[in-house]
Amino acid sequence: MLEAGLYFLQQLINGITIGSTYALIAIGYTMVYGIIGMINFAHGEIYMIGTYVAFMAIAGMAMLGIEFLPIIFLGALLASMLVSSSFGWAVERIAYRPLRGGNRLIPLISAIGMSIFLQNYVRLGQGSRDIAMSSQITGGFSIGPTDGFHATLSYMQIIIFVVMLVSMALLTLFISKSRMGRACRAVAQDLKMANLLGIDTNRVIATTFVIGAALAAVAGTLLGMYYGVVNAYVGFIAGLKAFTAAVLGGIGSIPGAMLGGILLGIAESMTAAYFSTEYKDVVSFGLLVLILLFKPTGILGKPEVEKI
Amino acid sequence: MSKKVPFALFCAGLTVILAFPILGLNLEHKGTSLVVTGADNWTLIGVLVAALIVFVTQLLKSQIKATYQAVKPNFGGLIQRLPGEDKRKLISKLVLIALIIAALVLPFFTSRQWPDIATLVLIYVILGLGLNVVVGLAGLLDLGYVAFYAVGAYSYALLSQYFGWSFWACLPIGTLLAATFGLLLGFPVLRLRGDYLAIVTLGFGEIIRILLNNFTSITGGPNGIGNIPKPSLPFIQFEPNFEIVWLEFGRRATDGGVPFHKFFDLPYDSSLKVIVLYLIALALAVITILIIQRLIRMPVGRAWEALREDEIACRSLGLNRTAIKLSAFTIGASFAGFAGSLFAARQGFINPESFIFWESVIILAIVVLGGMGSQIGVMIAAAIVVLLQELTAEFDEYRLLAFGAIMVLMMIWKPQGLLPMKRPHIKLKQE
Repeated sequence: MLEAGLYFLQQLINGITIGSTYALIAIGYTMVYGIIGMINFAHGEIYMIGTYVAFMAIAGMAMLGIEFLPIIFLGALLASMLVSSSFGWAVERIAYRPLRGGNRLIPLISAIGMSIFLQNYVRLGQGSRDIAMSSQITGGFSIGPTDGFHATLSYMQIIIFVVMLVSMALLTLFISKSRMGRACRAVAQDLKMANLLGIDTNRVIATTFVIGAALAAVAGTLLGMYYGVVNAYVGFIAGLKAFTAAVLGGIGSIPGAMLGGILLGIAESMTAAYFSTEYKDVVSFGLLVLILLFKPTGILGKPEVEKI
Repeated sequence: MSKKVPFALFCAGLTVILAFPILGLNLEHKGTSLVVTGADNWTLIGVLVAALIVFVTQLLKSQIKATYQAVKPNFGGLIQRLPGEDKRKLISKLVLIALIIAALVLPFFTSRQWPDIATLVLIYVILGLGLNVVVGLAGLLDLGYVAFYAVGAYSYALLSQYFGWSFWACLPIGTLLAATFGLLLGFPVLRLRGDYLAIVTLGFGEIIRILLNNFTSITGGPNGIGNIPKPSLPFIQFEPNFEIVWLEFGRRATDGGVPFHKFFDLPYDSSLKVIVLYLIALALAVITILIIQRLIRMPVGRAWEALREDEIACRSLGLNRTAIKLSAFTIGASFAGFAGSLFAARQGFINPESFIFWESVIILAIVVLGGMGSQIGVMIAAAIVVLLQELTAEFDEYRLLAFGAIMVLMMIWKPQGLLPMKRPHIKLKQE
């Protein structure tokens, strides 16, 4: 009985860890969708680039002989955020801005093209094999009897959860308090009207992409350090999961993305634990279809009003 | 000018940030640890040159635009010199007839490899035309089109393996089965906004592939299904007694028919089966073209396009949104099933690897390149894409890179595609 409980607890911990990173990636989808109503398919690739840059930064600092963990962690985080947000900005500028205001299908196809481009750009530069890295932060707490089966809560998992909470708090503060955040909310409500009232909407949209990309880089760094493996293809599936999370929580809603991410992470780790690992992706897609069927607005989303 | 310099500098700096970590640094395993090494000097020089180019272009953007406007080729004179409507119709008819004759005769005079590639082109033509109905005409972005293709291919493979059914029996079944899947998937999803459809179909495509991979007992999992028979052709025999003989084109009859060369007492020719398959594919592709051409001119075809252009107006005019979308989705799916059966027959072996997301992207690229809604455009694009795929197999990364870039650039510069669709219309003759 205790063992089963501990097993469940372990799965819950794993699920929340993965879910936290999904939530961070989902923010990028949800903010962009909230403002310009398009799915940024290239977002998953930006997350993947973030992981690569974090690995480079960690390996580079190890070669320079830096061993103080917080510096390594912060350095990797900053480097990956810088590069990823540059990618976010450039992608918006090159592939989406010229297409704004036309048929909805066109930016979507452009986004798919961009996703393919970025994936193969990284493949070209870094090869298509897996890059593995030994974990930097080891150890953790164990829960339950030390000699028998016990659940572990590693330090890395705690860091992931805490970093996610801090990022979310900062983002919420930015959106609700800062001038730019207020502009973001205004643009999300009514882009044309905001433009008429003198808000530089292009700048707001670019900021949204940069913030989304930076948060994806945070997720990339964390998840890269947690799993210790990256290849050029991880972005696709992670992006898909994060999008599912965004829809689950209600697309356009930031707390929704967080809730959706964690719920999806838990659902996935429970399926993997109690059913079968092969079907964990099927479950998340099945979940997506079910949500869209019964509650298309998601858990915290607002119903969309069609304007003529 | 003063404002431009900082922006140009910013863009140049950004180029370095975008290019240097990915191209200029390499992650390598050394023993147990991961090390970063710099790429060779040429890459670094390339990155700097790219940054310089970006700097100069950003600085001189307005001048470049002005120059382009000045030298922009003017097609106005050329269009006026084209022959009149009637003459053009005659020419296009002659070209069409010449093309059909060439398509029928050529395979007998080329090496074996070409009819095989041409069959693949035709399969992609069918797929492209089918997806064109969904994406180009109805405006529904379907990213899981490959799932229906897989349904068609697996239904033929499984039915022939377990029940020994022939290609001609499985073709309609595969088509219907794919249509059923389309109907079942489309029914809940089509009530939703377009972007959700894209992601749900994508998810569905992945689910089908994962299921095929994991139902090892039926589908063989990653090992796939082999020994799928090639289609046979019926031949009506009058003597010694009236009966229909199924001719097969392999060396030995495997499917309960008679080998072609034995029946006619000819020497065995191994390229014949490839050519016959090509001819069957040609016939099926022509059937597809004709069906879709009729559909476009029918009320349902008009409704697809009207719905794509303005959904709210259509609903106000009393069109049933869900029914129309569902019809487009189902018809598109059924053509994928059609092509899938043919694909299984061509390959003789299928496994889930043939039905990855990338296939959906290629078919979508065909539709986008050809011009959404345009049939001729889609056919030409299918030929270009498949030939490029076959001929440049060794430059895999560059090919995919170019694919992505072309998709983006097409959307920016020519979203209507290479050969934009023209509405079927009648022009009154001026007396």
